[in-house]
Amino acid sequence: MSEREFWPEGVERCDLGKFLAWLGFISIFLVWGAYGAYKVLGTGIGVTALDNYFGFGLWITFDLAVIALGAGAFFSGFLRYIMRIDELKNIINLAVIVGFLCYSGAMLILVLDIGQPLRAWFGYWHPNVHSMLTEVIFCITCYCTVLIIEYVPLILENRQIAKNRFCHHLAHNFHVYMPLFAGIGTFLSTFHQGSLGGMYGVLFGRPFVFREGFFIWPWTFFLFVASAIASGPAFTMLCATFMETITGRKLVSYETKKLMGKIAGLLLCFYMFFKILDTYAWAKGILPGMGLTFDQMYNSAAGYGKTWLWVELFWCGVIPAIMLVTPAVRNRPALLYTAAILDCVGIVINRFVFTVQALAIPVMPFDQWFSYAPNWAEWSTSLMIIAYGFLVMSLSYRYLPIFPQERALNR
Amino acid sequence: MQHMEFKVKWGMVIDLDKCTGCGACSIACRAENNIPPMQDASNKLRTTDWMNIYELSNGKKFPDLEIAYLPRPCMQCGKPSCSTVCPVVATTKDEEGGIVSQVYPRCIGCRYCMAACPYHARYFNWFDPIWPEGMEKTLTPYVSARPRGVVEKCTFCHHRFNAAKEQARMSGADPLDLPEDAYIPACAEVCPTGAIVFGNLKNPEHRVAKLAASKYAFRLLARLGTDPQVYYYSKRDWVRQLGDNYLQKELKGGEHV
Repeated sequence: MSEREFWPEGVERCDLGKFLAWLGFISIFLVWGAYGAYKVLGTGIGVTALDNYFGFGLWITFDLAVIALGAGAFFSGFLRYIMRIDELKNIINLAVIVGFLCYSGAMLILVLDIGQPLRAWFGYWHPNVHSMLTEVIFCITCYCTVLIIEYVPLILENRQIAKNRFCHHLAHNFHVYMPLFAGIGTFLSTFHQGSLGGMYGVLFGRPFVFREGFFIWPWTFFLFVASAIASGPAFTMLCATFMETITGRKLVSYETKKLMGKIAGLLLCFYMFFKILDTYAWAKGILPGMGLTFDQMYNSAAGYGKTWLWVELFWCGVIPAIMLVTPAVRNRPALLYTAAILDCVGIVINRFVFTVQALAIPVMPFDQWFSYAPNWAEWSTSLMIIAYGFLVMSLSYRYLPIFPQERALNR
Repeated sequence: MQHMEFKVKWGMVIDLDKCTGCGACSIACRAENNIPPMQDASNKLRTTDWMNIYELSNGKKFPDLEIAYLPRPCMQCGKPSCSTVCPVVATTKDEEGGIVSQVYPRCIGCRYCMAACPYHARYFNWFDPIWPEGMEKTLTPYVSARPRGVVEKCTFCHHRFNAAKEQARMSGADPLDLPEDAYIPACAEVCPTGAIVFGNLKNPEHRVAKLAASKYAFRLLARLGTDPQVYYYSKRDWVRQLGDNYLQKELKGGEHV
């Protein structure tokens, strides 16, 4: 049996040698990251650049960012299966895989990030119901399980695996119940996206991130949900485009991409409206109320200048929001992709600001600003997770029928 | 947010006009609480000084320059920002005099409590604790040695509180009504100038209660609402202003809120 017979029916893939060379390139990062992980697990996170001022650094930023960008999975699933937007069936498989990679990758990083990885299960065994992080632990692991359940039928649809009657029927039945999992995933994901924001919003000792409550949730709970669903679909669309560029094949119709861009744009407008409102209220109300000024929150010399704020809000917020909701812009691929990239970059900056910049601000007036720069151990393991994503995505693209439009688009 | 109140409220008043910044409190804390020496102490942001000492300045040039030293233990907040965020209840506000405890075998090392604490009073164990040969004989037997990967903090030498309660029980006294000086942490005991006063903030007989009620007493970042059980004392205005986030052009009467 040739390797070609494992490919989805009627599609073309590069030759095996080229594919193995690609996997070899990815493996460089995997091996480097594995070495970093070995050092971290073997000798502790003292090998990183984290310290008592920056207990949260690149890893948490990376986690928050990929989880936000992976929101395309739950939100596309919600729109496809619950809201019945049929056009999204052309990209939903990709959204699920991207979501799975983002969430499983975030969990792998968290295993490295906590000081006692063998006690990770304590979050279930000794849960603190008052902690937003408890909710994150519960939801993130449960939702990752949901994503595995959503990914399994895709694997079972491999041409050779599907020849097995049991696997074929199992995959079919998984599909039948997919709206149920989409619903569960939406519920879980909404809450943990929110709780990730809530984690910071409840830190009343940290003026940069603290927000008053809206019922039992801090305001950041909703901002994080909104920002995640505003960037997730854009990221999924960009992943499809990136894969098309790498493989040289059409995978998703431009109509579907435009729809994803429109969804992201509308949600980005919604998010930006409240984010700007929140920023204004924070600068004019919360900070003076705590005896602080707007300027005290920034220190350009330490790398935490206002530039981040303006880039996040204007260049990567307002601008892409306007671009994505403008049909004339969406009709031009270069502009659509540019807006989507800006959207995603803005959300990554937002997560950086909430994790690193927020912790850098000296709250005690006689305290100092400190800088933080991740070291090789953090970069290698983070790049390992990205390489892991490339690996799984490459294998999935080559052997699984992810893109229902591929054959028609490449005739 | 829930505000925990207990019958006994152990507290500390640190007189910043008396403190010379000698560091004896910090050293005593290290010795008493089995804090291991660091292999490489060059990174000051990774040290494990439960009692950190900050240098305060009035910002003026000589000869008007004034300096004060501010020892900073855990504030044992009445409304702790750390314990509510811990996902595994490794840190709690205890009934034992309102001391914020840390359960090391339960801590998963997520460091969320460190992010939450505005006083930087929590320390992560970045490395395995290693004591030079022979030094293990000097360890305090009542304090556990913490492994790598957990967060630790000042507990007002809680083991001394346990010892004082046992002593009270043996002598037939009420362990919840300890006399002054029956229980004092190592830092207060060793302070050469008597700048650190310790006792029950709810017992008007204790000096600490009287000092905390003084108009010269203040609490660090009191505006944040953490309700610390550590008070500072200074007759110098600029020191008291530095204790909170003093805003030079501050609006009055809450009109800015």
